[in-house]
Amino acid sequence: MSDGLVHLTFDGNPVAVPPGTLIVDAAKRAGVDIPVFCYHPKMEPVGMCRMCLVEIGRPTKDRATGELVRDAEGRPVLQYGPKLETACTTPVGEGWDVRVQSEKAIEGRREIVEFLLTSHPLDCPVCDKGGECPLQNLTMAHGPGRSRFLYDDKIHLDKRVPLGELIFLDRERCIQCARCIRFQEEIVGDPVIGFFERGRQLEIVTFSDPGFDSIFSGNTTDICPVGALTTADFRFGARPWEMNAAASICPHCPVGCNLTLNTRREARTQGREVIKRVMPRQNEAVNEIWICDKGRFAHHFATSDQRLTKPLVRRNGQLEETDWETALDAAAVGLRAAGVAVVGIGGVRASNEDLFLLRSLVDKLGGHAWLDRSLGGGDVVQAVGPGAGTRLADLKAGDAVLVIASDLHQEAPVWYLALRQAAQRGATLVLANARPTKLDGEARFLLQYAYGREMETLKGLLQGATGKASGKVDRSEAVAAAGKALAEAANLLVFYGGDGLTADASTALANACGQLLETTGHVGKPNNGLVAVGPAGNWQGAWDMGLRPHPGGVAAALKGAGAVYVVASSPAEDDPAAAEALDGAGFVIVQELFRTATAGRADVVFPAQSFVEREGTYTSGLRRVQRFYPAVPPLKEARPDWQILAEVGRRLGQTFDPASPAEVMEAIRREAPGYADVTYPALARVDEQWPVVGGPDLYFGGTSYDNRQGLGVSLLSGAESGGRLEAQAPKAASAIAGEGMLLVPVERLYDRGATVLPSDTLRHRLASARLELSPSDASRLGIQSGQTVEVRWDGRVERLPADVVDGCPAGAALLPRSVGIALIEPVRVEIRAAG
Amino acid sequence: MAEHILLRHRDIPDIDQLDVYLKHGGFEALRQTVTGKTPAEVIDIVKASGLRGRGGAGFPAGVKWSFLAPNVFPRYVVVNADESEPGTFKDRELMERNPYQFLEGVALCAYAAQANEAYIYCRGEFWDLAHRLEERIAELEERGLLGRNLFGSPYSLKVVVHLGAGAYICGEETALLESLEGKLGQPRLRPPFPAAKGLYGKPTVVNNVETLTNLPPILSRGADWYRTIGTAQSPGPKVFCLSGHVNNPGNYELPLGTTFRTLIFEHGGGIPGGRAIKAILPAGASAPLLRATDEILDTPMDYESLPKVGSMLGSASVIIMDETVDIAWVAWKTTRFFKHESCGKCTPCREGTYWMLHLIDRLHAGGAVEADISLLEAVARGMQNKCLCPLGEFSVMPVLSGIERFRPDFAAHLGNGR
Amino acid sequence: MLKDTHSSEIEAILARYPADQKRSAAMPLLYLAEQAYGYLTPAALQEVASLVGASPTQVGSLVGFYTLYHDQPGGKVRMQICVDLPCALRGAETMAETVCANLGIRLGETTPDGAVTVEGVMCLAGCDKAPMFQSQDERGIHYHENQTIESAMAWIEQTRRGGSDG
Ligand SMILES: Cc1cc2nc3c(=O)[nH]c(=O)nc-3n(C[C@H](O)[C@H](O)[C@H](O)COP(=O)(O)O)c2cc1C
Ligand code: SF4
Ligand code: FES
Repeated sequence: MSDGLVHLTFDGNPVAVPPGTLIVDAAKRAGVDIPVFCYHPKMEPVGMCRMCLVEIGRPTKDRATGELVRDAEGRPVLQYGPKLETACTTPVGEGWDVRVQSEKAIEGRREIVEFLLTSHPLDCPVCDKGGECPLQNLTMAHGPGRSRFLYDDKIHLDKRVPLGELIFLDRERCIQCARCIRFQEEIVGDPVIGFFERGRQLEIVTFSDPGFDSIFSGNTTDICPVGALTTADFRFGARPWEMNAAASICPHCPVGCNLTLNTRREARTQGREVIKRVMPRQNEAVNEIWICDKGRFAHHFATSDQRLTKPLVRRNGQLEETDWETALDAAAVGLRAAGVAVVGIGGVRASNEDLFLLRSLVDKLGGHAWLDRSLGGGDVVQAVGPGAGTRLADLKAGDAVLVIASDLHQEAPVWYLALRQAAQRGATLVLANARPTKLDGEARFLLQYAYGREMETLKGLLQGATGKASGKVDRSEAVAAAGKALAEAANLLVFYGGDGLTADASTALANACGQLLETTGHVGKPNNGLVAVGPAGNWQGAWDMGLRPHPGGVAAALKGAGAVYVVASSPAEDDPAAAEALDGAGFVIVQELFRTATAGRADVVFPAQSFVEREGTYTSGLRRVQRFYPAVPPLKEARPDWQILAEVGRRLGQTFDPASPAEVMEAIRREAPGYADVTYPALARVDEQWPVVGGPDLYFGGTSYDNRQGLGVSLLSGAESGGRLEAQAPKAASAIAGEGMLLVPVERLYDRGATVLPSDTLRHRLASARLELSPSDASRLGIQSGQTVEVRWDGRVERLPADVVDGCPAGAALLPRSVGIALIEPVRVEIRAAG
Repeated sequence: MAEHILLRHRDIPDIDQLDVYLKHGGFEALRQTVTGKTPAEVIDIVKASGLRGRGGAGFPAGVKWSFLAPNVFPRYVVVNADESEPGTFKDRELMERNPYQFLEGVALCAYAAQANEAYIYCRGEFWDLAHRLEERIAELEERGLLGRNLFGSPYSLKVVVHLGAGAYICGEETALLESLEGKLGQPRLRPPFPAAKGLYGKPTVVNNVETLTNLPPILSRGADWYRTIGTAQSPGPKVFCLSGHVNNPGNYELPLGTTFRTLIFEHGGGIPGGRAIKAILPAGASAPLLRATDEILDTPMDYESLPKVGSMLGSASVIIMDETVDIAWVAWKTTRFFKHESCGKCTPCREGTYWMLHLIDRLHAGGAVEADISLLEAVARGMQNKCLCPLGEFSVMPVLSGIERFRPDFAAHLGNGR
Repeated sequence: MLKDTHSSEIEAILARYPADQKRSAAMPLLYLAEQAYGYLTPAALQEVASLVGASPTQVGSLVGFYTLYHDQPGGKVRMQICVDLPCALRGAETMAETVCANLGIRLGETTPDGAVTVEGVMCLAGCDKAPMFQSQDERGIHYHENQTIESAMAWIEQTRRGGSDG
């Protein structure tokens, strides 16, 4: 037929699907369940488990004429092969009939289930997967009433094999489908688990150090079709059917992965609802069905017993617990006393509603609210994209992506996955960084610059793309060729981060990237535009709510403040100058989860609710506004940030007095760029997604959850409403020019920040305060790997162990952020071996 | 005695020396081909000869080459020298004793396939043989018979010997390719076939050692001559590997279509001690067992006749069992082999070979009842037509044919159950 | 490190395969490492992995799959007697049993002096010269055909004395 589709029937029921569709997928689209174990819609079919056996009838052709043979009624005569075939490896054909429910097909699959059960312990009653296990379901549906394999003859295998400290293997339950191995190889590119032995002895092993060394390891437990792989966190934690499920959004990075939080009431917490596990929730435009291990395992901070539970006020120099009324009154008094000299500091962990209210409260008092983190360019992102409807999964050959000044693997892991796969589909990946990153192997063009010279590379790309660029330009051939490739791409996305950049430098870089996009015509449409790899989950939202970093940093913003209002931020931790400025400020209010160094300097401290106790929205790096929901009841007296702000505002006589975050969103819609259509109901809308996951059959996608709580709203960029980027005069000389080694703070996924440290599960993988040096610098300075060094700058001295690392750029010393050493921006330092 | 075409060292014992091989016309076929024929002409000649693959499946070699994905390069030739089928030992003798004819065959095939690299995948146990082959390849390169610009033509060929490391499944061509790529030897899905996507994803010809050793005589004497040997459907000579209960085990080069009787009694010297012959495995462990009746003994060994009597020619590894042999023990041996060699990739083979062995073990332990024999049959049937590659399918053949054709041997083990 | 002790062999092995297909060299390099170290230690796997640009797990997997790689130390030499069907029809099992009994070990075990590990293996393509065995040691793999119990024992004695006919 001429609709471009292939027409076939399943047990006689007609279906039409695009050519090349596999029979399993076609069946799924038609609502027909063909059981699978090894097949996974996100991976290449392998046809290993043989569970998906069906009978296929194909139209017969006359050998001589090549014409279809027809019966008396003119219908093509179908010929069914003597063998059952695997539906997961066979693409559909025109006019075929697939018998899923014929006696032969059912018998064939029954035999496969029986084979699988010869090894399997059938310990469903004590299995973590019990209740959400396709093998269990199939055994009920297909399996023989009584196994013909004598139970006593089963070999018994180790039921607790640690593949590292995060993931455990139950060898008896493993059915050798290789989904986990293939996930690590195909999707992640970290082949750190594999088969050992062969035949019946096959087992999953790891030879990496640490074991199962991959930041995506938890996903294998979701896609494992049986209970063979479990996380250290959840192992024997609860039975799936005992748990509640709440929709959430991961707050850790700009990807904004959609989550389901499984919770249960527990005796050990006096009957309080606790989080048992974090599962991915499908959003094909955001995280598909994956999350990283930080999102999965770092949630413990939210329920940590270190949390603040009561308001605190300072009396006689000491912070003392008090009741809400007293604390709120004290805050109002302090703010009123400060007059217009009020400074707000908002953190990127806070929701849109929180940050919007902070800004409007401080604005109305005549003060100014700032963003705590220094990355610039959020306004450029608003202007030039990403275009609404951007989906990294759509990028393909002919499209291009530039990543500059960012280590996506550590800063936005699921984007790393998405771009790696885009590159494998043939998209052109251009990487420009000052140091090697894990994505390098996928790059078509790998451009390395020296720290401080990123603009030369970017201008080189601009030169290659448009033939025009001024000032200092990298004119190497590779850069020019990469620029040309970017210009010629059908779609172009640019991801910029802040690796090794000062605030000014990141602003300049963002503007230059915006220019590149505009001049090459890559704005105002989906899969085009600029994406910031911001710190934590709501950096872009903070910009959209009207906050931006102070050009001189937090310390400068605080200068001369009569009152400081800090929400979800601890500048004192990151920046000694800010700590000093806080000490000098008249009155300090802090809304926090923990008693941070900043809270310790406050006059009033409000215990805030974490993201698992409340609702709100975050705006992802791709500018998708997404809603999260309460999963557990609030911890003691903690309140949501927006509510605390509203109550303080009410005491100050402010007229906007919202009763819910949804109401705050109504106000946001009127002010924030691109938010006109964002309402809570709109955010909760869902659409059909492919692949279908989370259905009762559990065959597809494993146990990741389908999305019934909202796909979010993808914002329009300024360019889509006809806006143009305002030309900005680039700032002069980089602040990091100068003599000496450059100490560069680098993002590590597992840092020691307050949202990671409380998670015991991850403790062996956390970054630590160690310096990385290049071999050439190390030998020049006479430093051996492991030796302690002294780092001096600005009158500070830090003594740190140093590691000599191949690939670390010469002239730079790398230090992870948030590992206990305050460092916001790169600085020039003096390094020597400690005596 | 007729002239040997493949086991030529039986006529000329020192043909494993290059000068001797050259003196007897060695590398003339290659020289004339490379300097005087197009690859397409070579393929046509080989097609016309009717040469069928000697690795087991009997697929016409020339036809296979013509399936190479057009205009995709580089292409590879991979020689299957994994020879791991129980009872098969012909490729080893060919490569040890008539190595230059084999290597000339490799080069002819590579030329026809327009491949500039050929890999000889030897089973790991052929360590000494492989190292000897490497020396011979170096010698040929020195003499300009392999390597760059053969005979002054633009055609160059690099031949590399690669050692496996103990895995029967690597004889299956796609598992072999995986192994050659440095991975586990687990079969790939087919299609795509190696001719479309083989080694490193490139068009690849995989042929058996004996298949390729046929090429020099075909190219020098012509397809018509070749067809005078053997049968119409199965032309040419074949090396039959005769083992087990015969007086003279060994390789015998005979025309395809020779009967079992001729092989066993005329060439193999009959059964030791004058005992009666009971059973024949005509293709190692990978084909149904035959009862050695007169009808079977008079069956011609070729690709068409054996299926008609319920077995297969395979690699023609003929294992003879005399009247003293318990077929239930044979089934135990073959099942043990397949269970040990199952790669584990697909469920029915991985679990089924284990289950079958388990049941046969129980039979031998005296713990089986009648129903266990039926269960053994049911398990074997349950595996049939469901495996990803032929190994699993092979594994049930001796079991099912054993029970069907020698049931009393199994019944004799029945005890009282447990 | 193999890189220091066997650099020319490594280069020669890598040169056999296309430059972008170094993983093909994993199996030959594992043989090299096995010969150099006696068996495949975790460190050896790391070394081979880095030489071919694969992960240690990918290389380690091979050791489990293929029977000629050993991740545990065995006797100085492994005597691998074919006990598969064709050889068994010609007395191989009896030979294997008797050899083991003479040595006071079971199939798969190593003699107390660490000289020999005796194993029963699948068909070695020497069926017409049964019984037969192969020996595997740091010098590679060699065939010993047309054996008798006496000749097999004599070979073991000779190996024990330090000499072996290879
Ligand atoms: C389990 C299995 C083992 C095999 N072993 C061998 C072998 O050892 N040698 C061989 O040449 N072919 C073997 N084959 C056949 C190969 O897959 C392939 O058909 C053959 O190498 C093609 O070469 P030919 O056409 O020249 O025979 C085996 C096939 C299977 C399924
Ligand atoms: S049939 Fe056996 S050898 Fe073949 S793929 Fe399946 S498990 Fe592997
Ligand atoms: S073989 Fe089709 S799902 Fe496993």
